[in-house]
Amino acid sequence: MEDLIRIKDLTVRFYTYEGVVHAIDDLDLDIRQGETLGIVGETGSGKSMTALAILRLIPYPGKIESGSIVFCDKDSSGELELLKLREDKMRAIRGNKISMVFQEPGAALNPVYTIGDQISEVYLLHRRQELGCRARDRVDSLLSDGNGLAAGLKRPFWRWQSRLYSKIAEEPRAVEPRLLNRTPLFRRLLWRLRDEASRLTVNMLKDVEIPDPVRVAAEYPHELSGGMKQRAVIAMALACSPELLIADEPTTSLDVTIQAQMLELFRRIKVDRGASVLFITHNLGVASEVCDRVAVMYAGRLCEVCTIEELFLHPLHPYTRALLDAVPMPGKELQTIPGALADALNPPPGCRFHPRCPSATPLCQQERPKLKLVGKDHMVACYLY
Amino acid sequence: MNTLVDIRGLKKHFPIVGGVFRRPVGAVKAVDGVSLAIKRGQWFGLVGESGCGKTTLAKTVVRLTKPTSGHVYFDIPDAPKAQIEALESLGKNSGELTSLLKENDLATFSGARVRLFRRRAQLVHQDPFTSLDPRMKIKNIVAEPLIIHRVLSGQAQQTAVKELLGRVGLSAGQLERYPHQFSGGQRQRIAVARALATKPEFIAFDEPTSALDVSVQAQILNLLKDLKKEFGLTYLYITHELLIAESVCDYIAVMYLGKVVEMGRPEEVFHTPRHPYAQSLVAATPVPDPKRRVGRIVLPGEVPSPSNPPPGCAFHPRCSQATNECHESAPALERVGDDHYVACFHPL
Amino acid sequence: MTGWKFMVRQLARNPLSLAGIIIIFIFAIIAIFAPLIAPTPAGHGDPYLIPRDGYWATPQLPSEEHPFGTTEGQYDIFYGVIWGTRSAFRVGLVVIGIVVVIGIILGSLAGYLGGVIDEVIMRITDIFLAFPALILAMAIVTVMEPSLTSIMIALIVVSWPSYARLIRGDILQVREEDYIEASRGLGASNARVIIRHALPNAIYPTVIMASLDIGAVVLSAAALSFLGLGAPEGYADWGQLTSFARNWIVGPSADPLRYWFAVTIPGLFILFFVLGWNLLGDAFRDIFDPRLARR
Repeated sequence: MEDLIRIKDLTVRFYTYEGVVHAIDDLDLDIRQGETLGIVGETGSGKSMTALAILRLIPYPGKIESGSIVFCDKDSSGELELLKLREDKMRAIRGNKISMVFQEPGAALNPVYTIGDQISEVYLLHRRQELGCRARDRVDSLLSDGNGLAAGLKRPFWRWQSRLYSKIAEEPRAVEPRLLNRTPLFRRLLWRLRDEASRLTVNMLKDVEIPDPVRVAAEYPHELSGGMKQRAVIAMALACSPELLIADEPTTSLDVTIQAQMLELFRRIKVDRGASVLFITHNLGVASEVCDRVAVMYAGRLCEVCTIEELFLHPLHPYTRALLDAVPMPGKELQTIPGALADALNPPPGCRFHPRCPSATPLCQQERPKLKLVGKDHMVACYLY
Repeated sequence: MNTLVDIRGLKKHFPIVGGVFRRPVGAVKAVDGVSLAIKRGQWFGLVGESGCGKTTLAKTVVRLTKPTSGHVYFDIPDAPKAQIEALESLGKNSGELTSLLKENDLATFSGARVRLFRRRAQLVHQDPFTSLDPRMKIKNIVAEPLIIHRVLSGQAQQTAVKELLGRVGLSAGQLERYPHQFSGGQRQRIAVARALATKPEFIAFDEPTSALDVSVQAQILNLLKDLKKEFGLTYLYITHELLIAESVCDYIAVMYLGKVVEMGRPEEVFHTPRHPYAQSLVAATPVPDPKRRVGRIVLPGEVPSPSNPPPGCAFHPRCSQATNECHESAPALERVGDDHYVACFHPL
Repeated sequence: MTGWKFMVRQLARNPLSLAGIIIIFIFAIIAIFAPLIAPTPAGHGDPYLIPRDGYWATPQLPSEEHPFGTTEGQYDIFYGVIWGTRSAFRVGLVVIGIVVVIGIILGSLAGYLGGVIDEVIMRITDIFLAFPALILAMAIVTVMEPSLTSIMIALIVVSWPSYARLIRGDILQVREEDYIEASRGLGASNARVIIRHALPNAIYPTVIMASLDIGAVVLSAAALSFLGLGAPEGYADWGQLTSFARNWIVGPSADPLRYWFAVTIPGLFILFFVLGWNLLGDAFRDIFDPRLARR
């Protein structure tokens, strides 16, 4: 499988009032085409920050210090260096080629717009040409099928509309449609774009298994339950068939049975659309349901990257092992990890996990272990290997 | 006497007011007829999803809200309970009944009785980030119950506070700090220390680890285990995570829309669930084991709102085994095994 | 939320808030050392009555004897504004102090207990709020004997409803927090919960509004004095001094700004005093805004 995203030496730091926080420290990670990669970690591991870094949405006072994130776009030619891209080109990618689903479904939806409006917005922003195409085709069919007096009177108007929409479809920079779009009253003449967007929206809602999509499209976020809201957000994210879908703990705030439906949906997305999914979670059980490969992070660094079966059968990194032991399973003693999570402001030197590691050596304190390949597609950052 | 908390027919309805005159137009039936008994020293798990009423049940048991109807007996011998039942079945509202209730039924306690009760039972909230007063130092937070009930003062109080914080794993040097300077796990420990201050017999936990990381969760659970053994406590533990319930609880009750649908020992409930909802709950729980992905039963539809529950058995719209009977009337809890109860007309 | 050190640091960082603090500090020094800066002439009597240097109607220009000149009726402006600082502080702090206390008591009872008590208190505040503030204040002062005390009483009566409302709203919000429920779960009485938990967490918007209001109260008091409804004639009060300048705002046509000092100097004192408190109030608001709190 080819790579879709190649992250190299990514470093993100937060300059806070109390000091500098190393949110991500020299991260190397690849996301392959068509795979679901899970990032597993606890608070402060840097997993959410990785997702935000890919989309360049790191909030103040954070800064992407160094590194490169290469995005191998299937459509356009070759590779884009995301960190060096101009902001307007980055905007063309967000929501379009790479989109994100956040943890709180309620927070991602604007309470004063209907669901349909919000999803249509994505189409109107990124798929204007396609909408123009469809609108023109619809007008053309009206022109060819229209009979009778009413049709005859409307003909010239339709012909003008057809020309207008073809302009949108073919020359996005043409003057007439852009001017119309800016003028308050005359903008309404472009209503067919909205109309086509609504149709696509309803289709999308059907795709994410929302029952009665036409009715739901007219509803406001507060009228939907948590699971439905999350589906709506996923619909927004998938609207433009992105190549990468980033999901930041999308099921954490949902009930178990609703979560099961969501995970089923994610599995289907993978199969139907062939998109890559970056699935961030702290729950190993959820990861095992959905992911092909898993990356385990601790305190801003990568500990282990391998396939999901390997993770459970042969966990190599002590932190991974400790995490698996800490999951409460019936009949098993709960193993805790001694100590506390690494202090973000003053992380331990060398390997960040060494104060809590049962197999720590003096070397672990001095130098940071590098990520090494130790088997077929299994990488660990630990001196034990 | 074995049973510490005896809940009978507990209902808690929150009225919905509407219209110009704010008349009650309906009710959110958060808890709709729950009966269960928690034995002394038991770790009783209450499992369910959001909207099932488990939080309301816990808060009602510790009298943070007053029940709409039903009885809650805390450490009451059998005789008065039998008397009350007898009087109630007669149907009349006699003075004797009222006075008996006032003496024994937690649901009718008021004023000083409730205060005394609060020394014996406490609740630990779900969100450690909002359950501690952000303007108080943690030594004052933990000392507060001692001050309120005038148990200890001065030097003895200080020592007790230090001991309590030490017992939950915090050092004396952190006494003067404020909650925001602690992590989620540490804050939850402070909340537990506060709950232990008056040496209660019974502690209710409202999903205490759901806001915490996995490794911290394990530490808190081990702490709770140790404390329970050391102080001989009885726990009512609410969670929506089956794995936790299965690994620490002695007895489980599964709730759905305000009613208990299945009750039994964890091994039985989780390995041989008899209620369709319990079964799908077990099947829906993600387990960190890629081989255990078989036989997934994905429940269709959404959890109905407790203000408008379906008629008859609340689960029947989503149930694969539903029949007309399920639509007509609500099943009662019936015994299906040794200490295993199910509320279903067609148990699996 | 934040420690004292952090708050002081924030205050010092913002140049406008620093300006506010300095201004208030200067005024406080003036008020404390008023007897030294503008000594009362020997045998004068009540130091708050401005010494008169004659009875002519025309204000005198600033001279060595009268650094800021005199008003109509020959009251020394310098003495007046210096001792007026004391009156200003007195009016501002007393009115706001009492109003905040009344507001806290009524507002927290209404907010925390709810029900009938809430309704009754809110209807009472409605009644008071139905009157236009300054008009009601004027009516009250006119009914009572005009003096600084009556101004203060009038302003207290007119200002307390807003504070009661504000605190009630904040208490309503804080009431739903988990730690309040936890306190009740521990067995705390209502009084304890309100005083030790609800109020300390709900008080910040009130602190902000109070510091902004001190300036507003002094301004209202000055307005009432200007209209002649305040302190007795000759009392050291900024508003009074401006009222003496009422007829002298524009001088003779040849030299219209001749008597500028009569209205401008007391006016400047009022302006800077109010400005100082406003800046301080803004600074408090910036500090207590939870979103800007840490980073």
